[in-house]
Amino acid sequence: MDIRSQISMVFHLDKCIGCHTCSIACKNIWTDRKGAEYMWWNNVETKPGTGYPSKWEDQDTYKGGWEKNGNSISLKGAGKFKGMKSLFHNSNMPVIDDYYEPWTYKYENLFEAKEGDDQPIARPVSLITGEYITPKSGPNWDDDLAGSEDYAKNDVNFKNLSPAEQEAMFQLERITLHYLPRMCNHCLNPACVAACPSGAIYKRGEDGVVLINQKKCRAWRMCVTACPYKKSYYNWNTGKSEKCVLCYPRLEAGQAPACHHSCVGRIRYIGVMLYDADKIEAAAASNDEDLVQNQLDIYVDPNDPRVIAAAKENGIHDSTIECAQKSPVYKFVKEWELALPLHPEFRTLPNLFYVPPLLPTMAFVNEEGTYETTSENFWGAIEKSRLPMGYMASLFSAGNEETIKTVLKKLMAVRLHRREETVGDLPKEEAMGAMKDAVMDKEMADAIFRLTSLPLFDQRFVIPPAHREEAMEMLESTADVKGNSGFGFKEPPVRGL
Amino acid sequence: MSNNFFFIGLPYAALVVLLVGSIMRYMNLGFKISSLSSQFLEGKELFYGSRPFHWGLVFLFFGHLVAFLFPRSVIAWNSVPVRLLILEVSALGFGLSALFGLLILVVRRAKNRRLIMVTSKMDVFVYVLLFTQIVSGLWVAYFVRWGSAWFPAVLTPYLKSIFLFDPDIAGVAAMPLSVKIHIVSAFTLIGMIPFTRFMHFLVYPFRYFYRPYQYVIWNWDRKKIRSSRKLVNGVRSKNN
Repeated sequence: MDIRSQISMVFHLDKCIGCHTCSIACKNIWTDRKGAEYMWWNNVETKPGTGYPSKWEDQDTYKGGWEKNGNSISLKGAGKFKGMKSLFHNSNMPVIDDYYEPWTYKYENLFEAKEGDDQPIARPVSLITGEYITPKSGPNWDDDLAGSEDYAKNDVNFKNLSPAEQEAMFQLERITLHYLPRMCNHCLNPACVAACPSGAIYKRGEDGVVLINQKKCRAWRMCVTACPYKKSYYNWNTGKSEKCVLCYPRLEAGQAPACHHSCVGRIRYIGVMLYDADKIEAAAASNDEDLVQNQLDIYVDPNDPRVIAAAKENGIHDSTIECAQKSPVYKFVKEWELALPLHPEFRTLPNLFYVPPLLPTMAFVNEEGTYETTSENFWGAIEKSRLPMGYMASLFSAGNEETIKTVLKKLMAVRLHRREETVGDLPKEEAMGAMKDAVMDKEMADAIFRLTSLPLFDQRFVIPPAHREEAMEMLESTADVKGNSGFGFKEPPVRGL
Repeated sequence: MSNNFFFIGLPYAALVVLLVGSIMRYMNLGFKISSLSSQFLEGKELFYGSRPFHWGLVFLFFGHLVAFLFPRSVIAWNSVPVRLLILEVSALGFGLSALFGLLILVVRRAKNRRLIMVTSKMDVFVYVLLFTQIVSGLWVAYFVRWGSAWFPAVLTPYLKSIFLFDPDIAGVAAMPLSVKIHIVSAFTLIGMIPFTRFMHFLVYPFRYFYRPYQYVIWNWDRKKIRSSRKLVNGVRSKNN
């Protein structure tokens, strides 16, 4: 057992209102620089939709992530052989037009334009060339455009749906959408780290944050190809790759990352997960249908005395273990099994989990032309949900529909239980039946409700202290320099010649 | 006089500048070492430029290196005319491939506004230098024929004398102008490595081939740090 600690996240998609505040908070702090304008380390997509960069989920084109070869896995589009032979031209890499050409507006024209017959305007100019351009795409160009020909129809997740199911999603009464906020998953089996020829990308042992050393990056751009989520970006100005740093300076100061902190819908939870690093290899190479379960099995119970002993053995601080025990992520992912990784079939073992949306309602229009809202039909059959199970399974469970159904049943049972408690218009048996179906008791349903709807700030963000008071010891053992001399420098007290 | 300058002074200056300059740049300006790829701004034409250009130069570089390191073997190989022909034709082929690639790269860069934004003055100089080098090399290959036969006999001793600090330029001085240009531009190129994007030759990621795929860095490895219980020297953690 090799226990390590990892900062993990849960996004509750039912609560996301698609306001892009997270993206803006991130942009203001990290990517408002030349060469980085096009980067959105955090972005919010509309599903069904093509996303950013366009069709990033299509690994037949971009060759991101890992693929299973027998009992092991290999990088799909990079690696020691595949990557290095295409060093001179990285064939599967997205180019700027797959994202969008960043632009600003000539605001000074509003003030400095010569007097004339027309009102001066601020024309858009490219942030690369400085020339006038007409923006034709942007990071959220498909915002709310579910049901559109250009975006929703090209969603990669429709691949495994039958034509009838696809058609149904574009009927006016059934059109629906949900938002998908995305950021770096700080994976347990990161493809970007494995693909980097320079060894510039690494995972921090203490908290599992994946970072790029800007001094070691040599712009081979293999990480851009390898990351299946396309969350490693190439800065065309500095000639270095960049990615989400999980606001590590904020984390170390005990603050949640800016995207989490600013979240208006309070959909984001962050906490520590303890995991067994010995299980990573086997889990990453499991069969598609077992991927989610095997990934969840990597995370261990922070209350188990054996786990605690092993964690201490590995130098994990007591405060970190304590945080792991209080982690909201552990509750959502392990205790309640409500949150699932995005596209587990990429086999990077992402540490960002999503509670799938229980789409607006599953209601449908009846013969009289009104919405059917009686409890049976309103909450009734999961199979009738507006987004087909196959679609959700393609997003969150590598095609395993049972996993999705189990989660949705639990979410529904919580709602039925709360409706019965607060509104009281449901027969008690129905709520009890639903909870029994979802294998949960009243306490669990209430706990889920509280952490979902009424969580306090400190319950959403449980961040272990970085122990700045011991920061010096993180870099060196202070005892080693005891007796050395010097102000501002350290040298053994040895006489000169 | 000018022979002394170009074939003794220049080579030594270039080698010293390469040695000192690249170490200084690596130590002090680590952030500025990059292959400065422009594929992100334009990816399609780059394919037809970059691949033939790089592969051509890689093979030519190692061809020259083999002739320098193993002159006897090369002469022995050339003892059969067909083999000589194969060697010469493939070298010419790689040279043409490099020239073809370079032309595409130059045209691509010149006509694309986005690429002009990321082109520095040194990049223009690099193009001029590479063009001189490749064209003079092709000229030598065609007009001063059977280079693989005379290189080991004339240039290998000259280069060897340079590296042994006993320069002997008698052989080089007698060479035709095209060969001289080729040599001078080669040493200029070597000397310019620390000041241009050529720097990326020196950071080819050899280590990638033998490191494990995953890479975890611990700031604080408690198992290795000295504690009061085990009084052995601590190991400084592998911090960036």
